[in-house]
Order: sequence, then structure tokens, then C-alpha cells
Amino acid sequence: MRVSLFIPCFVDQLTPRVGMASAQVLKRLGHEVEFRDAQTCCGQPSFNSGHWDVARAAALRALDVFKGAEVVVGPSASCVAMMKKFYPEILAGHPRLQEAQDLAARTFEFGEFLVRKLGITDVGATFAGKATYHDGCHGLRELGLKEEPRQLLRAVKGLTLLESEEAETCCGFGGMFSVKFPMISTAMAQVKCDALVRSGADIIVSSDPSCLLQIGGYLTREGKAIRTLHLSEVLANGS
Amino acid sequence: MKSAQETIMQRIREALRLPAAKPHLKSTAASGTPAKAGRPWLPDGGETPDARLTVLTENLIKLKAQLIRVADMSQASLALAELSRTKQWKRLAYHAHMDTQALIKHVGCETWQADAEFDKQKLESCDAGLTTCEAIVAQTGSIIVSSSTNGGRSLSILPHAHVVIARVDQVMGDLSDAFTFIQQRNSDHMPSMISFITGPSRTGDIERILVLGAHGPKELFLILVG
Amino acid sequence: MSTPRSQFLSDAQVATDDVAQRGFLRQALGGYYVSRDVQKARYRDWEQARDAAAMAKWNAVNRLDRTLTTFATNFERNGGKIHWARDSAEAREIISKICRDAGAKAIIKSKCMTTEEIHLNDALEAEGYGVVESDLGEFIQQLRKEPPFHFVFPCMHLKREAISELFTKHLGTAATDSPEELTMIARRHLRQLYVDADVGISGANFLVAETGQISITENEGNARLTCALPRVHIALAGIEKVIERLDDLAVLLPMLATAGAGQPMTCYNTLYAGPRQPGEPDGPSEFHVVLLDNKRTALLADPEQRDALHCIRCGACLNVCPIFKNIGGFAYGTTYQGPIGSVLTPHLRGLQQWNHLSGASSLCGACTEACPVRIDLHHHLLHNRRNAVLAHVSLFDRLFHGAFGWVIGRPKLFAFGGKVFRATLPLLKKLPLPYLSTWLKSRELPEAPKKSFRDEWKGSQS
Ligand code: SF4
Repeated sequence: MRVSLFIPCFVDQLTPRVGMASAQVLKRLGHEVEFRDAQTCCGQPSFNSGHWDVARAAALRALDVFKGAEVVVGPSASCVAMMKKFYPEILAGHPRLQEAQDLAARTFEFGEFLVRKLGITDVGATFAGKATYHDGCHGLRELGLKEEPRQLLRAVKGLTLLESEEAETCCGFGGMFSVKFPMISTAMAQVKCDALVRSGADIIVSSDPSCLLQIGGYLTREGKAIRTLHLSEVLANGS
Repeated sequence: MKSAQETIMQRIREALRLPAAKPHLKSTAASGTPAKAGRPWLPDGGETPDARLTVLTENLIKLKAQLIRVADMSQASLALAELSRTKQWKRLAYHAHMDTQALIKHVGCETWQADAEFDKQKLESCDAGLTTCEAIVAQTGSIIVSSSTNGGRSLSILPHAHVVIARVDQVMGDLSDAFTFIQQRNSDHMPSMISFITGPSRTGDIERILVLGAHGPKELFLILVG
Repeated sequence: MSTPRSQFLSDAQVATDDVAQRGFLRQALGGYYVSRDVQKARYRDWEQARDAAAMAKWNAVNRLDRTLTTFATNFERNGGKIHWARDSAEAREIISKICRDAGAKAIIKSKCMTTEEIHLNDALEAEGYGVVESDLGEFIQQLRKEPPFHFVFPCMHLKREAISELFTKHLGTAATDSPEELTMIARRHLRQLYVDADVGISGANFLVAETGQISITENEGNARLTCALPRVHIALAGIEKVIERLDDLAVLLPMLATAGAGQPMTCYNTLYAGPRQPGEPDGPSEFHVVLLDNKRTALLADPEQRDALHCIRCGACLNVCPIFKNIGGFAYGTTYQGPIGSVLTPHLRGLQQWNHLSGASSLCGACTEACPVRIDLHHHLLHNRRNAVLAHVSLFDRLFHGAFGWVIGRPKLFAFGGKVFRATLPLLKKLPLPYLSTWLKSRELPEAPKKSFRDEWKGSQS
């Protein structure tokens, strides 16, 4: 399959290794991977802030950027949810709605693509350590992904998957929410991170780099030595 | 000037000019609340009388209601006498009914027919209220009482304990069965109150800790005959 | 002067600073999660039950003109009297007048959030009536002169010690640390008050159009007593409480109990069809239902969010909401707390003033997942945010999103901007920049990598 990578703007700028890891896994599975560098941001920050005109413009750009792509795969449940669920909503009544719905049908979150589209759970990775999976809310509730990432992690050699309390509890990131209501966002991070620490894991894995920004940012500030990794980084490891 | 009713109704009609989308449903089938037959997804009430009794018994235990199974009315009356003795009731209120009258025969404490001449102050001083019931719902463990046939509104709620006398054939499967029964029985006129009593009164208002007997009966006994 | 927004921010700060209280709330809700899951497991298919519950409310609300008329007609046929109130003031006046006409002195109330919404108690007390809340939680909150903290669990923020002290102060009872004994103190105190009250005021959970009955759900029995002993019974209900058929309750009653409190069924679910009837030994001689609009029709006129009127006030969305669990109920400053409150309040009290509640959400969707009638709660917060922007945008926001949209529309500029951002990040972190410095107050930001993904990708391809 020819996979077109959808790299969220902050992954592009702050955690490029997540994008590289995703590409590596997909290539290893025998897929052709491309990156269309006209892409920038999916428009979610503006969408979430109520500026749907800005988000709509971003959506229309994405339709152009990904025109003709066989499948679009992004290592961020949140940005993928924007494309899959919210582009059609903000383009309701727009002449290009059909195009948006077609793109939505061809777009997948990284783990979703592996398990649901390709039917693969074991990508042949090895990773020594105890990991716990954080369900990002967009992946869990907008895309309905719960077992898929866990299936992938369980198949990783050397990795023990632990469940944490509050696994489904929001980390408190929420985009602009994290800086517009910092006290609530931080309190949520604390509840989340306390549970993650209690789980006994030494790696926290998620499909959402934005959650990891929040969780990692809070844990580092609190001086807790737990690594945060994107699912793709674990799956890219060791083979 | 328009009445409030006219204003509100007009606002409603105007508001409804734009249709709303249906909710995002999981199943494609549901278009309305399907009738009972189409509801195999609610908690099960049991298909056969035996199954229903099993479900009911389990539910009552969890609800902390006490089920007393007896073979006939004379045993029932002994059971009530025993209850009244162990609980040291001084005054028991009841309403006029063949079954309640048969039941109180052996009770050692004072008995008072509350619906003869209603006196709320006196009822407040009663340790127990004895009533019949309309039906029992196995699915939820609910006992249905009505104001017209089961002694009015307060007899089942004001005294500290509530004793219900019922027969096994009054046990129904689920809530739908009960609503159908209620509608058929009262087709011309609903009683002013019908209450589904599901366990003794309770509250969790203090630290979400369960306490029985908040304002209504602390104890609920179901004497089931047959 | 404080605005609802500034008040919210400062209250949220105080609440989130109180780590112990937040822990207490989480702990108090712990038992709820367990029993809710046990009860949900008894449903042969909970998701399908949610579909049916959602459709029962959808049908009633989307035909409100008919269902409400049918209800009113059938209710009056049963001998009760219907009153219509366009807004809070009108509802208060209707209820005061009924009390005056009845020559009432003492009024007993069972739990009803709609009376909180219209500030009924203040109005009645101003007219000299003694008004007593009989629900244990509401009784405690009334003694504390505080509104409910949670619209289903009014005093869940209080520890038993605080309640014991409160009772000692107001009722002169001895101190105790037993929830059971505290409950019995309230029980003993209230019993005579039910007997003495002339008017009982309740809410209604459902108005059954088909039969003209109202349905009241409660655990304690206080509503049963409130509707049995006084001479006059008044029920206040929002117009959206109507359902079409009695049998709809076969779905709605158990789901309300399970979603809201983790019970199979609430202890007392009672249908009232009118005042005491011939042949019945007791019951009020008058029964009034006051149907309240108070902006509900404005919400009805918004098809996108009309489903917010499906709400059966179970409280499930609060119980799972991480915002509620961390800031508590008071910070909202609203009658209805939590997700449903954040959706409703901008409609009831004004979008510009209350839109911050839509913003104060990470949009995690736990509420939507919990809602037994499938209200699209967290998406409605997005809708409210959009509506607020359409109505009014601050200059800062206009510039911020304008510039953002401009940059992301130009890939080269975006890439260049990113490079500058990464290169200067160490410096930027030291500057008092909006948002960035706020983030850094409690969280780190990773070191910026030398190369962006697009740079690395280009490198790897050649
Ligand atoms: S919005 Fe839904 S979950 Fe929240 S109180 Fe209403 S019915 Fe319950």
C-alpha cells in the first residue's frame, strides 16, 4: 500500500522522531511511504477555540494536500480525529463535503491502521521494559480505539504491559485549554501522573504525542524518571 | 395580551420548525422505544415463574429488603406475629383488606386500621405499616403500591417499617409488564399515586456511604404466599 | 468587579489548590464507579438501552407541541391544575400565590433543582413562609446556606465531621462520626415537619403525556412524604420533562438509577395523577403542576443542541468529569454543574457571560460516553465556542487565530517559522510570552530538536 504520512505540526517541530518511527514501521511492513511537505497543521487549535473559519481553510488545504493519496496515516489520534470526524462536520453544506468524507474514510491513526486496516498486531518489535498505555481521549472516544494499541504492545517481545488506574482519564492537555485554564489542566495532569507512577511502569506509551507533551512535561517538572514514548517509537524498536 | 400558555406553545411551535437530527445511535434498529418484545437488552426479569422468583430473591437480598416465603395465609399471619415480637412493635397500622385483616390475627401489638379515619399524627407514631400491593417486579425487585387499593399514600412510607403481603402470582417479569398491567387495570382512571418501592428507604448523602431509613421505612419485609 | 469568568478562574484556582479535598471527592466517587459497573453489567446490552432512552426523549422533545398539550389535558382530566410560567419570576409568583391562597404557613420541599434555578426558597422566605428542604443533602446545604455542590449529591463535598458540627450548631445534637447517626438526627428532626406542613413542593423527573401522571424519583422517601401529608402539592417542572408513553419509563427509570447512582432502580419511583381521589384515605386536596419555560424554548430553537433538553438530570456526566472532580461544583457558579451545566448555562444565562464554561474543558468526552440519553455533550461545548466567536471575538483572539491561519496556509513560511521557533526556544522560554510562560509554570517543554521532521525526511530520502 502507498501510505501518505500525516505529521501533526508539533510533531514536525518538536518530536520528529515520532514521525520517523512511524515511517520506519510502515516501511518495514513493506509499504511505500511518502510525505507531502505542503502539509502544515490540521487546524485543530482554531477549531477547538471556536474559529471554525480558520479551521475550514485548513481543512480545504488538507483536501488539496492529500488529494489522490491511497491511505493517510498519522501518529496522532487527536489530529486524525480532526480529519476523520470534524472535517466533515465543519464542511457540512460545503461543495467539497464529499471529498472530506472520502478523505475521512481513507485516513487512519497509526495503530488503528496497523490493526484495523492491515490486520497486524505483531510487527516484530522488541522492547525491554514495563510499559503502561495511556488512552488519549480522541483515540479512545472519537475513534473508539481501546484494544488495538494494547494488542500491538502485548506482541512486543520483552515488554510487559501494565494497566494503570485512571487509564481512561484525561491527562488534561486539551490544546488551548492547557494554557487558558492552566490550574485545571495541571490538576488533571497530577491525577493522571500519580496513577501512572503507581502503576509501576517505567515507560508510558500513548498514541497521542500531545498527551505525552503534557504527561512528560509534568513528570519532568516533578522530577519523576519515567520515559514517555509514542506507540510508533516502541514498535520501531529492535528489529 | 397572550396567556403564558399561548406564548410558550407558540415559542415551541416556532422552535420546532427546524428539525433536529436523530441522536447518534449504536444500533440501526431503534427508531422509538420499542415495545417490550423488542427489548432484549434491559436487565432480565426471568421468563418462567420460577426464574422470576429467583431473580426477585436475588434482587431483594441486594436491596436489603427481607423476603419471607410462606405456604399459606395462616403461616403468613404467624410470620407477622413473629416479626412484631422480635422487632418489639407497639403499634401496627394496616388498611382494610381481606389479606391484611387475616394477617393481623395473631399479632401481639396494638393494631390500627389507618384508612378508617386517617390521622397522620397517629400514623407517625406507628412502628410498622402493613399493606397489600398491586404487583411485584422481579427485574428490579420493586413492589408496586397504589393509593386507591393499598391503603393510601402514607401508610407505606411514614411508619418505621413496611410489611407487604403478596402472593407469588403477583410477581411479574419486568417493568414493561408492570406498566401494561397498571394501564389495563386502571384504564378508566389512574389512582392518584402509584409507587414503585425498591428496597427500604436509603441515602448516600454523607460521604456516599449507604445508610438505610433516611425518611421512609428502615426495614422492608415482603411476605410472599405460595 | 468580578465577572463570571474571573470568578470562575479564581474559584478554580482555590479548588485545585486543595489537593486533599480533590482526593476526597475522587474517593467518594470510587464506590459509585464500582456499583455503576455492576449494574450496567446486568443490562443485556447497555448501549442499545441508551439508544432507546435517547429516542424516547428525542421523540418527546421533537414533538413537544403535541406531547406537552397531551400531558396538560390528561393531567387536568385527573383533577390537577396546570400553570404555565414563561420565566423564573412568573413561576415564583404562581407558587407564592398558591401558598397564599392556601393560607399556608409551613412549606416542606423535596429535592428539586428547578426550584434552585428559579431561586424559589428566597422568594418564599421573603414572604414569611418557613421553607424546609427535606432531602438529607439539601437539608444540610440549607443549614449551611450553600447551594447544592452537585445536583444529585448535594453535599458530597462535606466530611462527616463538618456535618456533625453543623447539626450540633443548628439542632443542638451531640457530636458523632457515624453517617448512620447523622442521618437519624435529620430523620428525627424532619418527621414532625412533614406532619405540620401545609404545602409540599416537589419537582418532577418525568411528565407522562399519555396518562397525565408525573413521575418522581428518589431514594429517601422524603418526596413520598412531601406529596402525601400536606394539604397542597405543587410540582415545578421544566417543559422538557415530558415523555410520550408510560412504558418509556420501563427504560428510563432503571437507566436513570444506574447511570446516576449505580442502582438497579432508585428506591421510590412514584407516579402522581392528581389530588386525593374519592375512596382514597389521604393525600393532598390540591395538586398543581407549574410548567416552566425559562429559556428552554430558546434551546429548543437550536436544532444542533436541542438534545441537551433530553437530560434526565442523572448526574452521570458530573461523576465522570475530570473538570468537575478537580474544581468541584461551586466553582461553576451555576445551578447545574458539570458538563451538562456548561452546555446549558450559556443558553439559560447568556453566551458571552458564560462561554468560559465551554472553554473550561479538555473535550475528553467522558461525559458523552456516560450520558444515558446520548446527549452530545462535549461536542456542544465546541458548538458553544463557535457560537461565541461568531457573536463576538476579542482583538487578541482575532489576531492570534488570523496569524495562525495565515502561517499554516503557507508551508514554506510555516517551516521557516518553525525553524526560528526551535532556534530561539531557549530564549523564548525566558520571556513572559502569553501561553508559553503559562505552560512552563507547571510543566516542562522538551528541548527543541535541531531538525524538524520535514528536514529529517528530506535527508532520509536523498
Ligand atoms: S446530560 Fe446526560 S449524563 Fe448529564 S445529567 Fe443529563 S442525562 Fe445525565
